[in-house]
Amino acid sequence: MQILAQQLVDGVLIGLVYSLLAIGLTLIWGVMNVLNFAHGEFLMIGMFLSYWLYTLAGVDPLFSIPLNAVALFLLGMFIYRFIISKVMTGPPLAQLVVTFGVSIFLANFAAFIWTPNYRFIGHTIFSGTWHLSGIILSVPKVISSVGSILTSGAVFWFLRHTRTGKAILAVEMDREAALIMGINTERINSLSFGIGSALVGVAGALLATHYYIYPFVGGTFGLICFCIVALGGFGSIEGAFIAGIIVGVVQTVGGYLFDPAYKVAIVFLMYLITVWIRPQGLRG
Amino acid sequence: MKMRRVLMVSAVIAMALALCAGPGLAQEKVIKIGALYPLTGNLAATGMDCKRGVDLAVQIINGKYDLNLPFAKTEGIPDMGGAKLQIIYADTQGDPKNGLAEAERLITQEKCVALIGAYQSAVTKTASQAAERLKIPYVCSDSSSPTLTERGFKYFFRVSPHDGTMARNQFEFLKDLEKKTGQKVETIGLVYENTEFGANVGKQEKEYAKEFGYKVTADIAYPANSSDVSSEVGKLMAAKPDVIMHAAYITDAILFTKTFKDMNVVPKGFLNMAGYIESDYLPSVKADGDFILVRSTFALDLAKKKPLVGQVADLYKEKYKIEMGENTARSFAAPFVLADAISRAKSTAPEAIVKALEQTDIPGDQMIYPWQGIKFDPTTHQNIYAKAMLVQIQDQHYYTVWPWEAASRELVWPFPAWKDRK
Repeated sequence: MQILAQQLVDGVLIGLVYSLLAIGLTLIWGVMNVLNFAHGEFLMIGMFLSYWLYTLAGVDPLFSIPLNAVALFLLGMFIYRFIISKVMTGPPLAQLVVTFGVSIFLANFAAFIWTPNYRFIGHTIFSGTWHLSGIILSVPKVISSVGSILTSGAVFWFLRHTRTGKAILAVEMDREAALIMGINTERINSLSFGIGSALVGVAGALLATHYYIYPFVGGTFGLICFCIVALGGFGSIEGAFIAGIIVGVVQTVGGYLFDPAYKVAIVFLMYLITVWIRPQGLRG
Repeated sequence: MKMRRVLMVSAVIAMALALCAGPGLAQEKVIKIGALYPLTGNLAATGMDCKRGVDLAVQIINGKYDLNLPFAKTEGIPDMGGAKLQIIYADTQGDPKNGLAEAERLITQEKCVALIGAYQSAVTKTASQAAERLKIPYVCSDSSSPTLTERGFKYFFRVSPHDGTMARNQFEFLKDLEKKTGQKVETIGLVYENTEFGANVGKQEKEYAKEFGYKVTADIAYPANSSDVSSEVGKLMAAKPDVIMHAAYITDAILFTKTFKDMNVVPKGFLNMAGYIESDYLPSVKADGDFILVRSTFALDLAKKKPLVGQVADLYKEKYKIEMGENTARSFAAPFVLADAISRAKSTAPEAIVKALEQTDIPGDQMIYPWQGIKFDPTTHQNIYAKAMLVQIQDQHYYTVWPWEAASRELVWPFPAWKDRK
């Protein structure tokens, strides 16, 4: 029973990190209908950034969060301006393939300049475990989840309460109407791509506190991210947040109750059932 | 009109290809060997380890070195007119279907006379199928799934011990331990990743547990490269086995070690495989890896009893600025075995090489492993002398602890609790 409770807690903790990753992805999809296959690689770059700041300058991953956010925001804008926007007017297949190309390029480029070796940030200011009435909480994981909640909250607030945020939501709802109302949709596009990437940069710093780092780490999180976005409803930020937690919990608790060999299968089965009953996803 | 242009272009391409393929025979004596490794993708770091091992071996064969290794003292292979080995690398990306396609390409387009590689058993399985079909010898010294040599292939040979042998060695160790120290182990928890390698290890370990009289209280297969392993570790915590045996590649090894520590999992011992001995493992987990036991075919401390190991390890360190690890050491073997066979066959014809391979008899003092030698079983083509030893991580280094007579450090048993460490 205690172990089951432990699984539940661990599931929520990893789920919250999934949520943050998926929010960035769903934002990009919602605004411009581009499925960013390079999302996982952006995460990898965020993790490496934290790693190098830690190794070369002694900056704790938690303090590299703002830097990561800014750097990934700029990278996202750059990639949007010079690559994605060029194919936005092309056939849908081109839009799909271009981010795929970016992802392969980034992963292999990282392997080339940083070698494919595995790296790990040894000691962060928050490490160790807390014991809470028999449940063991890994401190870095708790910090990551709290960071994830705060960042997601900030995104919600930004979208609801600022002019730019509202403009993003407007474009998400109806691009043409937004254009007629005088919203510069091109600017909103690159802005949302930048924000989506910044979120993944934050997630990268959070994950770097307790996860190994290497050029192909994006693949481990990428696929699960797509599942979460589809489960939550394409483009729905609340949906992605909730779905992230659900996937985390189902994965750990399901793996514990049945068999870890099927934990990924259980997640995707749940996804299949959801789209069968509700093709638009939870909040789509 | 258009059709004619296409025909013209094809004709030109065909001619160009014919020209390229032609001069190969007349050139200076080079023996082309194809090597398959995961040079990009999840296991790229491991693939690079293997590649460095092969490169060093080829450098020794082609150059002049004062080492007691086959062909070290001469340049190239004397019986082939001083012919040198040339390795053509192919990237499998760790994917069995790429392994198959790349093996075919190496044979049909690059005209390699033999293949080596591919580290991951699942990839070696498909790649060696291509070699078997195209009748090209394949010498593997780095994949460990027992099924590879159970297929009755004519062209496939394996130098290194397979997981069946190594799993058996783990249980022999437990029995030895009981005999020596009286420390009894009753229950075993098995955790293994679900590809060719892990699944077969799990199968073998279950059989040997039964044979040696241990009770398996947890039998956990899990998907490789997980983002989180809480449920796997949770299952182990529920079963509380005396000894945990984990078969994984490096990514999972790092994640499990961290989770074991966080969740305070303290069995009497960890007997692990593969990922725990890859060169990036200790730099990643640092002191958290201490006291874990890993099966190995190589350890740097073998140098104490076998100076050759130290000489090769120094050469390696000088060249690559890192310590030689077990994967590198394993991949290091295949080029020597092939060079030896080609030299005795005095030919690069596949049939002749296979025939020579079947008669391989390399003595133990001419290699860097603690075995009696290399000699292939006539039906399975598995090296009959290959076996594993156990190394324990102490002070962030690997030390041989079993068999007792090969030990360079005293075994630490049971596994010290995480909280008692500094």
